Amino acid sequence: MPKALRTSFMYSLLTTDAQRDPPPLAPTRRDRPSRTSATKERPKPVTSRPSTPRESEAATWAALLIRIRDDRDEAAFATLFRHFAPRLKGFLMRSGADATEAEECAQEVMTTLWVKAAQFDPARASAATWLFTIARNKRIDRIRRQRRPEPEDLPWGPEPDPDQASLLGLQQETEQLAAAMNALPEKQRDLIQKAYFGDMTHSEIADATGLPLGTIKSRLRLALDRLRHAMTTRDQS
Amino acid sequence: MTDPIHHLTEDLLQSYATGTLPEAVNLIVASHVSLCDTCRAAVESYEALGGAVLDTQEVEALSDDALDRAMAAIRCVAPETRPIQLPDPDPVVPAPLRNYIGSLDKVRWRPLGLGVKQAILDTTSEATARLLFIPAGVAVPDHSHKGLELTLVLQGAFSDEDGRFERGDIEVADDSVEHMPVADISEDCICLAVTDAPLRFNGFLPRMLQPIFRI
Repeated sequence: MPKALRTSFMYSLLTTDAQRDPPPLAPTRRDRPSRTSATKERPKPVTSRPSTPRESEAATWAALLIRIRDDRDEAAFATLFRHFAPRLKGFLMRSGADATEAEECAQEVMTTLWVKAAQFDPARASAATWLFTIARNKRIDRIRRQRRPEPEDLPWGPEPDPDQASLLGLQQETEQLAAAMNALPEKQRDLIQKAYFGDMTHSEIADATGLPLGTIKSRLRLALDRLRHAMTTRDQS
Repeated sequence: MTDPIHHLTEDLLQSYATGTLPEAVNLIVASHVSLCDTCRAAVESYEALGGAVLDTQEVEALSDDALDRAMAAIRCVAPETRPIQLPDPDPVVPAPLRNYIGSLDKVRWRPLGLGVKQAILDTTSEATARLLFIPAGVAVPDHSHKGLELTLVLQGAFSDEDGRFERGDIEVADDSVEHMPVADISEDCICLAVTDAPLRFNGFLPRMLQPIFRI
């Protein structure tokens, strides 16, 4: 990260609460493929996707992670590794690591997934989201050489498992978020990605219109309320 | 849990999720988020976007033995088990801060006059984190600062030109603010404060003392 950015970043952080939850704007004409071009030639996403139906993909990854969590299932781990490790390597290389470092770090992230699978909560994160947070923390560890304070842990949801509909809901919404991001104009998408590679510190994300972030935020808020409620009822019993 | 009234800015929440803040700022964000589910949900939604970025990433081919190495690695480590119950949260010090100070009675305070005390925490130097102790009813000298000042109330409450701040509330002040926080009369006030540039006191004497006390 350039030094000038690092020293001036604090100023960029000073926005007011009024900027919270900007109203989603309707997509502009330019953002939408026109009817004619859509039938002939769809705009291609950045990566080629496997041909499995989109809706089920995130739920599949979450289910595999739960098999690791509950049964220490090595085959489930291998499947997750094949999908995510090459993406982690790409993510880390674009965050400034060379190919060797990035691969080593991707290995560490996947080992951490195995060790910490008990902490995975499908009501609050998709497998990709959870892996992103592990990779981000490793990057801070390695490149910035500093500790990363994390929020206080929350207790687990009411036993045995929170309701399936809300779990699936979050997984689907995370996929819709990825789809919405891919549908953004290239320049805007690049800015968002760069923010997550650690390159930028400004408000590109808030400026990105048309991302269903509010939906996810509301669902997460409900999940947290359920946890708090579970905690209170348990304390009273 | 009732959520606080004064929240983090959207920029701070995003930068915390993307991982671009200095350690001291991460500490105060994590401490506020521990006390505020609104901001926790916001951070987690930005993390979901990070997940989307990862998931749509162009793949980079791994070395041929990568999967074998990974399988060998996981067979050498024991997965952690699911915690049955978390320890009760401390009534004053949120978990992320506890990792820096232990408990409140272990804090080595340094007096700043009028009963006001501070303790500077050990973080990287891009920004400074300190605990502030303000006796009930006491005013911290009128000051402004060059950069950003974040103040999170952990115990008691204070009021200044921007309003009243109670436990869990965070004040985000920039260099345009000249303020004089006054602690509530009912209870001593303890805050976590983070700055990225030295404070500027407006009286002559406090200005003289500033280099000595590192405030």
